[in-house]
Amino acid sequence: MTAAVQTPETRTTIDTAPRPAPRRRMTRAAGTATASNAVMIAIGIAFLVPLLWVVLASFDTEASLSVAWPERFSLGNYAAIWNAETTFRPLGNSLILCGGATVLTMVSAVLCAYPLSRYRFRAKRPLLLTIIFSTGLPITAIMIPVYSMFVQVNLIDSMGGAILFLGASALPYAIFLTKGFMDGVPLEIEESAWTEGSGVLRTLWSVVLPLMRSGLSVATIFTFVSMWGNFFVPFMLLLSPDKLPAAVTLYTFSSQYGQVAYGQLAAFSIFYSLPVVVLYLFLGRNLGQGFAAAGGVKG
Amino acid sequence: MTTTDTPRPDMAAPVYGDGRPSPHRTKLGDGLSPLRAVPMLPAALLLLAFMLGPILYSLYLAFTDSAIRGEGASDTSFVGLKNFTDAFADGDFWNSVVLTLVFTLISAVLGQNLLGISLALLMERAHRVVTFVVTSIVIAAWILPEVVAGYLLYTFFADEGSLNAILTSIGLPGQDLLFSAPIIAVSFANIWRGAAFSMLVYSAALSSVPGDVYESAALDGAGPVRRFVSVTVPLLRPAIATNLMLTTLQTLSVFGLIFIMTGGGPARQSQTLPLYMYEQAFSYGQLGYGTAVALLLLLIGALASIAYLRLLPEEDKR
Repeated sequence: MTAAVQTPETRTTIDTAPRPAPRRRMTRAAGTATASNAVMIAIGIAFLVPLLWVVLASFDTEASLSVAWPERFSLGNYAAIWNAETTFRPLGNSLILCGGATVLTMVSAVLCAYPLSRYRFRAKRPLLLTIIFSTGLPITAIMIPVYSMFVQVNLIDSMGGAILFLGASALPYAIFLTKGFMDGVPLEIEESAWTEGSGVLRTLWSVVLPLMRSGLSVATIFTFVSMWGNFFVPFMLLLSPDKLPAAVTLYTFSSQYGQVAYGQLAAFSIFYSLPVVVLYLFLGRNLGQGFAAAGGVKG
Repeated sequence: MTTTDTPRPDMAAPVYGDGRPSPHRTKLGDGLSPLRAVPMLPAALLLLAFMLGPILYSLYLAFTDSAIRGEGASDTSFVGLKNFTDAFADGDFWNSVVLTLVFTLISAVLGQNLLGISLALLMERAHRVVTFVVTSIVIAAWILPEVVAGYLLYTFFADEGSLNAILTSIGLPGQDLLFSAPIIAVSFANIWRGAAFSMLVYSAALSSVPGDVYESAALDGAGPVRRFVSVTVPLLRPAIATNLMLTTLQTLSVFGLIFIMTGGGPARQSQTLPLYMYEQAFSYGQLGYGTAVALLLLLIGALASIAYLRLLPEEDKR
């Protein structure tokens, strides 16, 4: 322990309980901690300013482009956008689009991950590699052919079509995550269900899925959140104003009334961002799991 | 919302690849029979129709004069390599290529990665409360929808925006990055938006480095810098390569953030390839030409990925 002043395990004890360690080491560690705190706080403030703007401006009917304490806190901006046309219909559309696509993605991903996780076959490795590589495919780059195809098969401006495409585009990453979490479920438990005569789907539903619940919620939330923030896909595939999700109406928000009401824009941004923030808070410490995966990719 | 915690005991760490000794060789059976592959059908159909389909279609479209209106719309014909030679002869195309590379280099390769790894290292040394608050702020910047982030950073850099208000209040001259160097402004915006991803990847990777490695290095007399260069970096190499690849691919395809902040302007000064592609395909209606540009964008992504894969240690390539 004495020489390990800077290892991660001891970091929590540095600032609370001084151990009987050599004095020189302690001061250096304290110096490192102070410097680290200072740098982190500086980075934090730099990141905070734009976030502060959206929160403060949403309560300020006289909001400007600069972050400023409102002279008078008011809910006027929220009241102004509190109607179906500006707020509730776009958010409802977002919910239909992203909710539908998330269900589609997760059901397909779980069903696809099961054979990938449980059986052995020769094409498995190439298949997994293909899936991993397609997670990196820039969707932006295939939107023109998708648009062109959708025009030909009359799926343009169709919510169903947008759901199918959005769902498919999220599939590779969802399969990759789900398969990883499924691999963590020990096979022995499943076998006993198997010997009792349960079928594959029943075993999957009643034995495997409950055991990977926290992993599944990570994958589901990741999928939903990335769709909720997606601008380009609905921007290209949906046209009628009454079908547009919040991501796209927020873009048209500024151009709609000429003079931009920044306070209302901020208030709408808050409404639109709130579900995502809540989902991440819900995810909490499980968030790390998705990243252990990203950092540990071995192909 | 800190992410330094080790995975909960009830969730075993996910294992990828199938290179491990399999405990599977039991009654459940090894082989994949056609019947057992049936559950994979929905995913397979979706991927074939909506991912592979458009990719193959783009290989056709890029060699035609397909257009939204005009001759190419009513009677699409095959034009060979014309779209590509047109692109290579267009100054605006090369302008976009250079801007894309600058944007990717500044914001992904340097900005997000260096800031991400710095934050991950600082997290291990700073006070718990500081770490919690700052990582929460950085993650908040990351989870906000792209369009919201675009507006927030637009107001931040705008003439009357927060940055100038702060600069003026401490007696510094204001900036007009959105006009004088818009590519720098959108690069900073992308760093703001993406740093959390790298931070989380590196923090997860760092927490899997056993502490005793540092202990023995410290006992051997290695200082903090030395320990970072010769212990941490080699151990993090797979994470660095993977993260560089993911952030690069992500940044190459950024559209909404730039579209909201500058629209690619002024005078194409922030028109990266996705915005150029969009303009050609939809403002000018040249679907075939736009698709050819998209394929070139994919090519850049593929080349970058191959370069990063070479960074992976031998044993991980297999």
